[in-house]
Amino acid sequence: MAKKSTETLVGVFVLLGIIALAFLALKAANLASFSAAKTYTVRARFDNIGGLKKNAPVRSAGVSVGQVTSITLDKNTYQGLVIMKINEGVQFPVDSSAKILTAGLLGDQYVGIEPGSDDKNLANGDVIKQTQSAVVLENLIGQLIFNKAADAGTAAPAPAPGPSLAPAPAASAAVSESKK
Amino acid sequence: MIAFVTSLGQTTLRAFAALGHAAYFSVDLARYTPSSLRRFGLVVDQIYAIGYRSLTIILASGFAVGCVLALQMYYALVPFGAAESLGLVVNLSLVRELGPVVTALLFAGRAGTALTAEIGLMKAGEQLSAMELMAVDPRSRVLAPRFLAGIVSMPILAILYSAIGILGAWLIAVQLIGVDPANFWSIMQSKVDITRDVGNGIVKSFVFGVICTGVALYQGYETQATPEGVAYATTRTVVFSSLAVLAMDFILTAMMFSTS
Repeated sequence: MAKKSTETLVGVFVLLGIIALAFLALKAANLASFSAAKTYTVRARFDNIGGLKKNAPVRSAGVSVGQVTSITLDKNTYQGLVIMKINEGVQFPVDSSAKILTAGLLGDQYVGIEPGSDDKNLANGDVIKQTQSAVVLENLIGQLIFNKAADAGTAAPAPAPGPSLAPAPAASAAVSESKK
Repeated sequence: MIAFVTSLGQTTLRAFAALGHAAYFSVDLARYTPSSLRRFGLVVDQIYAIGYRSLTIILASGFAVGCVLALQMYYALVPFGAAESLGLVVNLSLVRELGPVVTALLFAGRAGTALTAEIGLMKAGEQLSAMELMAVDPRSRVLAPRFLAGIVSMPILAILYSAIGILGAWLIAVQLIGVDPANFWSIMQSKVDITRDVGNGIVKSFVFGVICTGVALYQGYETQATPEGVAYATTRTVVFSSLAVLAMDFILTAMMFSTS
């Protein structure tokens, strides 16, 4: 009898271990994303993919609908070729557009798909033609400096201290604007 | 001067002799372990003693560590507006490092010492010699089932440690602080890889199981058959297995996660 209860308790112990492993695999790791749900593949070319990584989510209206499967450089156009798989249940019109977006300020980048209005839907292997690249901070700053210089150029004849300081609040407002 | 040289030589020889002895012991252990499968009842008894009865300390410690990590990480992450990544941080640190390592340290203290003391007292009571007289090899009757039980128990305990830790973090982050639960889980799911993170953690805890159980059995089996000897051996079990686990953890981490 004592032997039996020991075996039962060891069984409980091993069972707990299996449950914990299932919890780690399904709830706390990415095993669920390997699910057998049917997907179709679409491609998109971006001028700049920024920090997009393999396995990044593909979202539409913020809802996760797929995953990036590979990122390569297109040797002909020198653009980043992003291949993603999208759940079979979600269909997008052929004139949909793809953007590379960022989740939060320091968050991860993901592909956002905005549906178009065409009657035909994207099929397996199709290319999304309208794309918008990731926002690169350096370019943004470069643009800002360029705009500021242009502003200063037009205002140059005016007395030096005033106008050169004046664009500063506007510039900082532009930064916070573009961050959003 | 000559006395110094002599003592140096003695120390070196003794160190190498102990090393060789431990190596022979490990080979023996590996050789006899499969035979313990034929006496599976003994292994089950040992899993009960080593694994099941360590549950309380492992679960309590895992839960506490998960809660504390969540509290501390929250204050570190909030200034970056990244409080949702809390689950990810806790998950990765538990699954990759804290789970296997702290479980191994607790295991050395909770189960390793018990193994050493038990076998040491068996030796002091000449039970091992009695077994040999009855043509029962104590290595396959006493050591092998315990070794196998330790190797089986350690990964299970480490998985439980990580799981309960994540639950503790969830309790603190989502229920107490009010982090968004959907983001808490989805960021975790998108960043934690089942083979790279969870799998490597299990491999680690398996290696630590071999180390902790092996050290405990060796210290018990080779103890001096006196009360002081057993006490000394028990202390050494904890010190040696903890140091070995920490050193091995560094090597394993460098091998597993250096490229990612």
